[in-house]
Amino acid sequence: MILFDQVTKLYVNQQRPALDDVSLEIEKGEFIFLVGPSGSGKSTFLRLVLREERPTKGQVWVLGKELNRLSNWKIPALRRQIGTVFQDFRLLPNKTVFENVAFALEVIGKPSSHIKKVVPEVLEVVGLEGKEQRRPDELSGGEQQRVAIARAFVNRPMLLIADEPTGNLDPGTSIGIMKLLDRINKLGTTVVMSTHDSQIVDQMRRRVIELESGHVVRDQSRGVYGYAR
Amino acid sequence: MRATFVASEVGHGLRRNLTMTIAVIITVAVSLGLFGASLLVRAQVSTMKDFWYDKVEVSIFLCSKGSDTPSCAGGAVTDAQRDQIRSDLESLRPLVEDIYYESKTEAYQRFQDQFENSPIVDNVTENALPESFRVKLSDPTKYEVVASAFAGRPGIEQVNDQRQILDKFFRLLGGLQLIALLIALSMLVVTVLLIVNTMRVAAFSRRRETSIMRLVGASNFYIQLPFLLEAGIAAALGALLAIGTLIVSKAVLIDQVLAPSFQFTAFVGWDSVVAIAPLMLITGVGLAGLAAFFTLRKYLRV
Ligand SMILES: Nc1ncnc2c1ncn2[C@@H]1O[C@H](COP(=O)(O)OP(=O)(O)OP(=O)(O)O)[C@@H](O)[C@H]1O
Ligand SMILES: [Mg+2]
Repeated sequence: MILFDQVTKLYVNQQRPALDDVSLEIEKGEFIFLVGPSGSGKSTFLRLVLREERPTKGQVWVLGKELNRLSNWKIPALRRQIGTVFQDFRLLPNKTVFENVAFALEVIGKPSSHIKKVVPEVLEVVGLEGKEQRRPDELSGGEQQRVAIARAFVNRPMLLIADEPTGNLDPGTSIGIMKLLDRINKLGTTVVMSTHDSQIVDQMRRRVIELESGHVVRDQSRGVYGYAR
Repeated sequence: MRATFVASEVGHGLRRNLTMTIAVIITVAVSLGLFGASLLVRAQVSTMKDFWYDKVEVSIFLCSKGSDTPSCAGGAVTDAQRDQIRSDLESLRPLVEDIYYESKTEAYQRFQDQFENSPIVDNVTENALPESFRVKLSDPTKYEVVASAFAGRPGIEQVNDQRQILDKFFRLLGGLQLIALLIALSMLVVTVLLIVNTMRVAAFSRRRETSIMRLVGASNFYIQLPFLLEAGIAAALGALLAIGTLIVSKAVLIDQVLAPSFQFTAFVGWDSVVAIAPLMLITGVGLAGLAAFFTLRKYLRV
């Protein structure tokens, strides 16, 4: 699913690499927590998977493709197989819940008959039935994140990337979101999420990859957030 | 491809940026209007050239009694000299197409006709006007051949080429046309810069949408299409405004005002307008499309 082979990422004008010689493999169907202090390279890791950034050294394989050799015009096809969720939801404020999810399908040219069928389905999966016509500012943070997850999942992607999806939510709401991501994972989608939320990691007991200053310092199946905490 | 979706995005974009859209439409209209006008002036110059060069003649004025040029030292032209000039002209065919002899009497007649209502007629006697050969050339640019053969010959007072007077006039018109074209080109540069800036602002104000589009895997084409269409539509509207102005100028200014007042010359026909209008549209839309495309390539990368 994902393979990092001696990957180093050095941003321009930076002294220290954000990722330093990282090698790891993520299998199909896994649920991964990416943990580590601020600036340790979690977001950089996820951006490399999305090919928003290119590695300075080494190879990144995603869904059977080596991203360095992937030409620019093939990137959209790759991203259609990857769902993405962020801390700040990234919803369009002037569109309704339904339209926000439909937007993701419209811009990849899906017919409206298809959209009318799958959007209500996915809204039901994330538990937003009945709220289709609301706008983002009429929703709680947790509900907004559910819209974002619905949009990420509506194409039934092979892989879901989540960068601190519960970063803006209170603990109770976060648990709801985690249950949802767990459900999506059980439906067959590989989930990779970065987080600072130790409670969640400790409760879920999934594989934990810990980064520090760009190095993998721990890779543990059924792990906890950290030893020292 | 979802046409309705793209159309609604485009409509949205045009309205959201209404002031910018209007600015683009107006600059495109003004620059293309100038561009079209300069092309029309050029067509006018060439119409007039065709019209006038067809009519111009080389005039060989013969000596009369009072002429004081050196070649007229022998007094008025003699019959032998006149016959010699005529036969020399005949030998220059086919460059010489037509030879017409105008006697003093005919010259006076023509002069009277031309200045019918002017008091000047009373001050001119028949003798004051020279007799002349009027020569029409098959190629008016070969005037020098005639001039070198006849100028300064005994019995000939002066060789005149009407073309030289016309050329001065056409050079003036050509200069005006060039200035209009230069202004039009600099306006087109301004237009391109404005479109580049408009696209930059549009891409920035919709960065949320476009970043989401990128994330969910919309193709570059799909992301850029609404912007390109917006630029193209604004440019097309401006071009249509400019073409409308050009058509009105031709119908009113040229056909109603200029043509009746200046009946001695021909004016551009509708065929020139028909040829220029699509050129304006293509230039406008093409420039806008290219400007938008290269700007977006920079600001909306995958
Ligand atoms: N676009 C960029 N240009 C230059 N340096 C960057 C860029 N993005 C990140 N960095 C640097 O790379 C390092 C790793 O950043 P990254 O965002 O991956 O950390 P993170 O683990 O996601 O942190 P956080 O938990 O705060 O989100 C940091 O030192 C950061 O300053
Ligand atoms: Mg981060």
